[in-house]
Amino acid sequence: MSFPWANEYTPKAPLMQWIDQRLPLPRLVYNSIGGGYPVPRNLNYFWNFGVLSGLALVIQIVTGIIMAMHYGANELVAFATVEHTMRDVNGGWLMRYAHANGASFFFIVVYIHIFRGLYFGSYKAPREMVWLLGLVIFLLMMATAFMGYVLPWGQMSYWGAKVITGLFGAIPLVGEPIQTWLLGGFAPGNAALNRFFSLHYLLPFVIAGVIILHIWALHIPGSSNPTGVDVKGPQDTVPFHPYYTAKDGFGAGIFFILFALAVYFAPNMMGHPDNYIEANPLSTPAHIVPEWYFWPFYAILRAFTVDFFFIPAKLLGVLAMFASILLLFFLPWLDTSPVRSGRYRPTFRKIWWILLADIAVLGYCGGAPAEEPFVMISQIASAYYFAHFLIILPLVSAFERPDPLPGSITEAVLAKHGEAVDTAAVAAE
Amino acid sequence: MIVRIGAFLVGLFFAGWLLVSFIIGAVSYVSEPPAPTAEHEFHLTPKHVSYSFDGPLGHYDKQQLQRGFQVFKEVCSACHSLKFVAFRDLEALGYNEAEVKAIAKNWAIKTPSVDPATGEASSREPVPADHFPKPFANNVAAAAANNNAIPPDLSLMTKARHHGTAYVYSLLTGYQEQPAELLEQFPDSKTPGGLHYNPYFPNLNLAMAPPLTADGQVTYDEGQPEPTVDQMAQDVAAFLTWTAEPKLENRKRAGVAVLFFLIIATGLAYMSYRNIWADQKH
Repeated sequence: MSFPWANEYTPKAPLMQWIDQRLPLPRLVYNSIGGGYPVPRNLNYFWNFGVLSGLALVIQIVTGIIMAMHYGANELVAFATVEHTMRDVNGGWLMRYAHANGASFFFIVVYIHIFRGLYFGSYKAPREMVWLLGLVIFLLMMATAFMGYVLPWGQMSYWGAKVITGLFGAIPLVGEPIQTWLLGGFAPGNAALNRFFSLHYLLPFVIAGVIILHIWALHIPGSSNPTGVDVKGPQDTVPFHPYYTAKDGFGAGIFFILFALAVYFAPNMMGHPDNYIEANPLSTPAHIVPEWYFWPFYAILRAFTVDFFFIPAKLLGVLAMFASILLLFFLPWLDTSPVRSGRYRPTFRKIWWILLADIAVLGYCGGAPAEEPFVMISQIASAYYFAHFLIILPLVSAFERPDPLPGSITEAVLAKHGEAVDTAAVAAE
Repeated sequence: MIVRIGAFLVGLFFAGWLLVSFIIGAVSYVSEPPAPTAEHEFHLTPKHVSYSFDGPLGHYDKQQLQRGFQVFKEVCSACHSLKFVAFRDLEALGYNEAEVKAIAKNWAIKTPSVDPATGEASSREPVPADHFPKPFANNVAAAAANNNAIPPDLSLMTKARHHGTAYVYSLLTGYQEQPAELLEQFPDSKTPGGLHYNPYFPNLNLAMAPPLTADGQVTYDEGQPEPTVDQMAQDVAAFLTWTAEPKLENRKRAGVAVLFFLIIATGLAYMSYRNIWADQKH
């Protein structure tokens, strides 16, 4: 650990000494999530969402593995085996509803985690790698969720797969061969269903691997905090255990309560009724929409309605949709302000709220039918999205005059409680 | 610096072209506003109807499910399959084992089978373990017998439509003459021959002829409500809610217990969190 005041791991029980000398796994756990990891003492509840994301992944893996025991990845039986799970498998309805709603909750907590990072500048030096790895996890999550949604082989599964793989068909010259290659046919069928199932089972474990890298990279500089001011000394931190394990335990309780409300009392609220109709290649649904967590990106995709000279509008939409996520990889170098936290950046704070509202509008338009006025609204909102990250944010970070920063985390904490800092005492420590 | 200049140009391109697209779209929207459609003007959202299984503590009314099953058996099952439901599942409606056996045995449609002596295709009487047999041998037969529209399977119907239970009820009671003002406004939208006008159906014209046409079409047992069209529609919508969500009662009951546990556990977690942080300002 990079902090000199981090507690050294000293196993007391002989068994732990024996293990630690041969395989320092207890030491690794202690230094990552135990008493040996000093964390800023001023983290607010938004810092709970990293642990909650990990919890959501575990829920998905456990429920998913059980569902896979009863699932048949074949276009003739896939829909029926899911219904079999719902009706004839003991507790099968619970596993399925937990898995379907678990995906939504995973995205809810990850989106909050990402927006927390955006507000408090968690992507800035020295934590760029944490941010980049987080984006890799986000992309993997999107791929996993998309393929998982295809597996029940309902109408939205089928037509969603057709639309999304159709995006690759927009690539000039090689587009259609690539689409055929991805699907293993000219339209979604048994080949596509099988490879989606195979990858849907694989990718969560890849995500788990990248999460390990994400946490490893985080532990090099240590956690950021709401002031964005670096840790200056031991008075600024508390050990992760028991302080943040206790706080995360409470956060997990709230998460589980909200999750249980959805699973037990409104399990189909976030799903689309059309996916309870078996896939039918001959009948196109009136409105093909992805799951809600893709709606902002879907709105960007559909916002391009006019060809740009030789570039067709569809290809522009595809490029823009991928660009809308890829541009986040450049964020640490687009935002050049030395101040991390939005608390001390008055203009940045305002445009952060505008961005949040903008993405909410995009989400609403993405879930709505591709009709006016939704297309016009998503054009304005998409334009703002790109302008925000690529034009406005670099300009704001160049010209903004940040508010004065607190001298240290402890100073900020004590100021909040209306106490002055005993600078002499701090200096003496 | 290179990153920021590149980003600026990319941002200018995407945002600029989106604004151009917006202006082109807005101009055509103003110059040629989209024409209203009959579906948009005359489609109705389902009527509200309250049921015993509404709400977090709701449960099925077994008498109602049995009445709904009777309507399904005597009316719907002539054309609609119920392929994800087995006869044995009917025990949840309050029938005992012998009654379920009798229902299966006397079901009008037989289960496809193989003649054990010759190996030729034949049929046999269903047993409780069988799923409800389909009324048509295949989709071609179903389409041929129904004016080219295949009657959908009803197992999941109430989950496969927005506000499914209310939708089924509204559709069954919503048949009517096509309104005069619709034909006045949209002279081309006259209901085609062989279809039936129903404002609760998305495109307003439905292949299914009104299935519940007269009060007393199904004879309910003594002590049950009058079998009016409205009552029969309510009952069969309740039955189809059960076929789509047979575990609804288990789910809600488990949910109450889980929430009770979680609220206590979270309360304890909160107290331990406060206790541990008591000596720390944060």
